[in-house]
Amino acid sequence: MGMKFKQILDSGKFVVTAEIAPPKGTDLEQMYHHIELLKDKVDALNVTDHQSSVMRFPSLGGCLAIKERGGEPILQMTCRDRNQIALQSDLLLAYSRGIENVLCLTGDAMTVGDHKQARGIFELDSVQLLRAIDRLEESKDLGGNDLGGAVTYCKGAIVTPEADPWEPQYIKFEKKVDAGAEFFQTQAIYDLDNFARFMDYARQFPVKILAGIVLLTSARMARYMTENVPGIFVPGDLIDELGSAPKGRALQTGIEIAGRMIETLKKEAVCDGVHIMAINREEVVPDILAAAGF
Amino acid sequence: MKTITSQKPYEEILQQLESGSRVFLVGCGTCATVLQTGGIEQVLEIKEKLQESGFLVTGWTVIPTACDEMTAATARDHESEIQGANGILVMACALGVQRLNMYLDKPVLPALDTLFIGLEEHPGYFMEACAQCGQCILGYTAGVCPVTACHKGLLNGPCGGTNKGKCEVDQERDCAFTLIYNRLKEQDRLDLMKHYYPPRDAQVLPRPRVKILDKKEIEQWV
Repeated sequence: MGMKFKQILDSGKFVVTAEIAPPKGTDLEQMYHHIELLKDKVDALNVTDHQSSVMRFPSLGGCLAIKERGGEPILQMTCRDRNQIALQSDLLLAYSRGIENVLCLTGDAMTVGDHKQARGIFELDSVQLLRAIDRLEESKDLGGNDLGGAVTYCKGAIVTPEADPWEPQYIKFEKKVDAGAEFFQTQAIYDLDNFARFMDYARQFPVKILAGIVLLTSARMARYMTENVPGIFVPGDLIDELGSAPKGRALQTGIEIAGRMIETLKKEAVCDGVHIMAINREEVVPDILAAAGF
Repeated sequence: MKTITSQKPYEEILQQLESGSRVFLVGCGTCATVLQTGGIEQVLEIKEKLQESGFLVTGWTVIPTACDEMTAATARDHESEIQGANGILVMACALGVQRLNMYLDKPVLPALDTLFIGLEEHPGYFMEACAQCGQCILGYTAGVCPVTACHKGLLNGPCGGTNKGKCEVDQERDCAFTLIYNRLKEQDRLDLMKHYYPPRDAQVLPRPRVKILDKKEIEQWV
């Protein structure tokens, strides 16, 4: 890999990121395996932060493991579990260990996870977290005190192009841009016409947009996502394509769909890159890239 | 304003009482009566249940407003029944419990859990309206409070969990920011939503929060 993520973003190359999820517990073998498998095939690897509010090994730990193996990590940071002091100190630690990319998220609701009795903190929201990093970069903390040594991060955020209603979401997107977000990884997109319309709007801002590609593994999953997951729309023809795949071939069809979308987005220069989320199927990310012609 | 309460499970009420002991019961004629958690009917229900469980109920009363200082007079009116009891079981919110605790030496025990301060949106439907955060921002949010109406208490716009204008944690509940957006748009004040709102000061007043009126204000009141 070699190049820092920020340099790659600025190079104008079509950027590819993927993500790994740390395990529940201290058996890290599978995570290490995913890192080895993907670190040289993508430009950077996100490590999720207790995704779906499920307590796990921390994102910071996963990012350190990527660094140790010569990869480029993107630290996902939600506002759900930490107050201002904890968020800032983790940012200091991460930076001191060579982690230079951070993705700022609100975080899922506590009630969707496996610690429903825990308190959701949300002392900062994602926009405020971006601004907090800005302050740390100016060598000040949120208490107004001077830091002995600042941080420098390449800051990212997320956006949901298919949000319904879209207007409040787009207002927040603009606030994130104003707060210093340099790149956006989007919620999963499947309808390329809708996404192209979003890009027509987003192009006016000086930020890099990486389209979220979530691997579809069956028609059932696709139907579930479009019916239940906020901000996700899977067009009927994709569901039909998955449904008509021969028995045992739905995953292969999903890989082909993801590859085809990535290829189109790159060829038509719709956006600046893609962020591949092969949830629980990290093994097939190389196959998706191959299907996309990489 | 109403303090929204729910009755503790009967088992938990029993856990607080010494088995077979003597109990005096107190209800509240205000919020707990409206909520049907501590009105006359509920007090009599608990009285019967406790008697069936082998307790001796020395007496009962429903104080008009258990949280105010008139409660002292009610406590005096029932002095002998209270003195005859080992514990006072209070079917009022935590304010009523603490008010009685100021006047009585006996153990004062809650029969209710205090949930939140709410408004009755329509009959029987109580919605948390104010988190008492100490920095009211309703003027910028078209009168919709994101601190309570958004389950994450966000200030700068919706999270990714908005789904067709509803909240991800409850499909029946409106997304606070959809409500705010729609009202601000109607009022032609959408620029307010585009402003950046800094983090709230979580420590407006250290707990326990205290507000002291000056002497003149107190004289006007008394």
